[in-house]
Amino acid sequence: MNSRSNILKKIAENKPASESLPVLRFDDTIHYADKQAQFITALQNVAAEVLEISGYAAINTLYKNLQAAGKKIINTIPEIDDLNNQLPSLSAENLAGVEIAFIKGLVAVAENGAVWVTEEQMQNRLLPFICEHLYLVIERENIVDTMHQAYQKIDTASSGFGVFIAGPSKTADIEQSLVIGAHGPKKTTIIIIN
Amino acid sequence: MGKPVHSILSKNFIADNDRTDWHDETLFMVRKKRDYASNQIPEWETLRQWASQIKAHTLSNLDHYLTVFEKNANANGIQVHWAANAMEHNEIIYGIIKQTGISSMVKSKSMLTEECHLNEYLQDKGIQVTDTDLGEWIIQLRKEHPSHIVLPAIHLKKQDVSDTFHQHIQTEKNNNDPKYLTTAARHHLRNIFIKSKLAITGVNFAIAETGGIVICTNEGNADMGVHGAAVHIACMGIEKIIPETLHLSIFLRLLARSATGQAITTYSSHFTSPRKGQQMHIVIVDNGRTRLLGNNNFRNSLKCIRCAACFNTCPVYRKTGGHSYHSIVAGPIGSILNPNTDIKANADLPFACTLCGSCSNVCPVKIDIHNQLWIWRQQISKEGYAGKTKSLSMKMMAYILSHPNVYRFSGNVFRMTLKYFPLIIKNKLNPWYRQREMPEAPKKSFRQWYIQKQKSEFKKQHIKKDS
Ligand code: SF4
Repeated sequence: MNSRSNILKKIAENKPASESLPVLRFDDTIHYADKQAQFITALQNVAAEVLEISGYAAINTLYKNLQAAGKKIINTIPEIDDLNNQLPSLSAENLAGVEIAFIKGLVAVAENGAVWVTEEQMQNRLLPFICEHLYLVIERENIVDTMHQAYQKIDTASSGFGVFIAGPSKTADIEQSLVIGAHGPKKTTIIIIN
Repeated sequence: MGKPVHSILSKNFIADNDRTDWHDETLFMVRKKRDYASNQIPEWETLRQWASQIKAHTLSNLDHYLTVFEKNANANGIQVHWAANAMEHNEIIYGIIKQTGISSMVKSKSMLTEECHLNEYLQDKGIQVTDTDLGEWIIQLRKEHPSHIVLPAIHLKKQDVSDTFHQHIQTEKNNNDPKYLTTAARHHLRNIFIKSKLAITGVNFAIAETGGIVICTNEGNADMGVHGAAVHIACMGIEKIIPETLHLSIFLRLLARSATGQAITTYSSHFTSPRKGQQMHIVIVDNGRTRLLGNNNFRNSLKCIRCAACFNTCPVYRKTGGHSYHSIVAGPIGSILNPNTDIKANADLPFACTLCGSCSNVCPVKIDIHNQLWIWRQQISKEGYAGKTKSLSMKMMAYILSHPNVYRFSGNVFRMTLKYFPLIIKNKLNPWYRQREMPEAPKKSFRQWYIQKQKSEFKKQHIKKDS
């Protein structure tokens, strides 16, 4: 506790006179004429794949086909299939072999291709990172212009964990050569429901 | 051999011409990607202004926001610890590790734990932490330190990585394909992630309003570590605080664009409370920061969000490499921060600078970097620490400025050099003169020359989009 009070005391002594916060005019920031088109461009820039689909029935068909092909899939979207009650308590060892995960995104950001997902949707915090191929489902009316509108729409504190995901995991740590598939998914597909 | 000095260390780095040129060109490419990305945002300058003001406001109320953060974090079930210095930071972490009895652990990129030399400290206690950011892992295997705060292994070529991996994880000899090497690392580290029960991470932003933290990565390594672990320890400097969640939108728009030219990192992870059954700790560290806060001249450097844009744009950094700065945080911002920790040992750093001002122009939080370096120089000279350092650095500058590649970034430097250091450039006793041919003053007009150079630059582009 000693360091705590020492640090706070030093700050109180050393901090400058109070400066005011800026007035933030988020309405004056960029707006896109076609948010969905911009979102798709941004997704291509982050090496994500895009599927525009009419509704859950079409996702269902895709899901069934993947299942029929023998893929190890975890689904977290009730509209697609029954949920796995065990999922929240599965460990890293349990999830290690998961090939595909389906997770619903709440908000999508046109400027950068990011999709907001919280613990409620993913059910297990490790799932979107440990799977090899991540499908994120987003409804088109949830696409917003920029991060400013995204944060106005979400409540980060309502969930213990939430993440903006923009494409598959990647690295350029070896000679700045881009390699897709670092530690997280090697592939990310964004399904936009029109 | 006396204490390390930038001008002497950089001699080693530039001994390999091709490597130096590669380093220079590659980082300049990253800088160009930053320019392109920021140009896509009409309100870019407004964002920088807002970010700078939010940071100024926060620093001027830092005790308030830290206590609000602590209160909210506690309410979320997070244990908050305070460390006055690096030693206390390390001891706190060691204490948690001992208490949990866990022996397998991973760490994602954190410049603070590097600053505190946590790995070495734990190693002395017999505890091995695996760094999981690919670049950090490579340099950990090689027993080196990061040479760049965002691209830790930028001083290495793919053949170096190939050799290191061949030695440590038995990849094929001389297979230096980045995809092959990355995949090998992925497989190796996945096993470690799965077994590991404790994860140490850094913090990009801590939000007073929610008591939560945000961590940004492209690789997903922080999340792979934390979500599988029973214990999460996050380490942050006192300056990482921002007041509200809404402010994150500004900082996240600036950070990745400034760092690598990406619109956002792949993952921006918001940790508000531990997972059910998980322990979460946050260690808040001072380590000289409160002293900086009390210094009118250098306080602004606490606004830094560690994007490294100032590194990538700096002609001296690009030409001399991060290890020449003999400090954990290299580059222009490091040259401000390090003399604050130890003025004598780091007296040379503010002189490793041309005062071209490019760093201040790209800084997303508008730190007046080059002004602060100029003030440090005066202070260091006044306090009698400049000594030989200064003249050595001047010679170094002469070399750097006379190398043709450097013309590319701006005409100002060349004009400045002629104006301020003409004798150094022409001086035949200049030790750099022996190694390199000094360019003649260009026969073409500078502008013509510059445009031509730009064209050939573009042809040389070999960096893939969106790293
Ligand atoms: S000083 Fe500015 S440009 Fe340099 S790393 Fe910090 S935020 Fe980025």
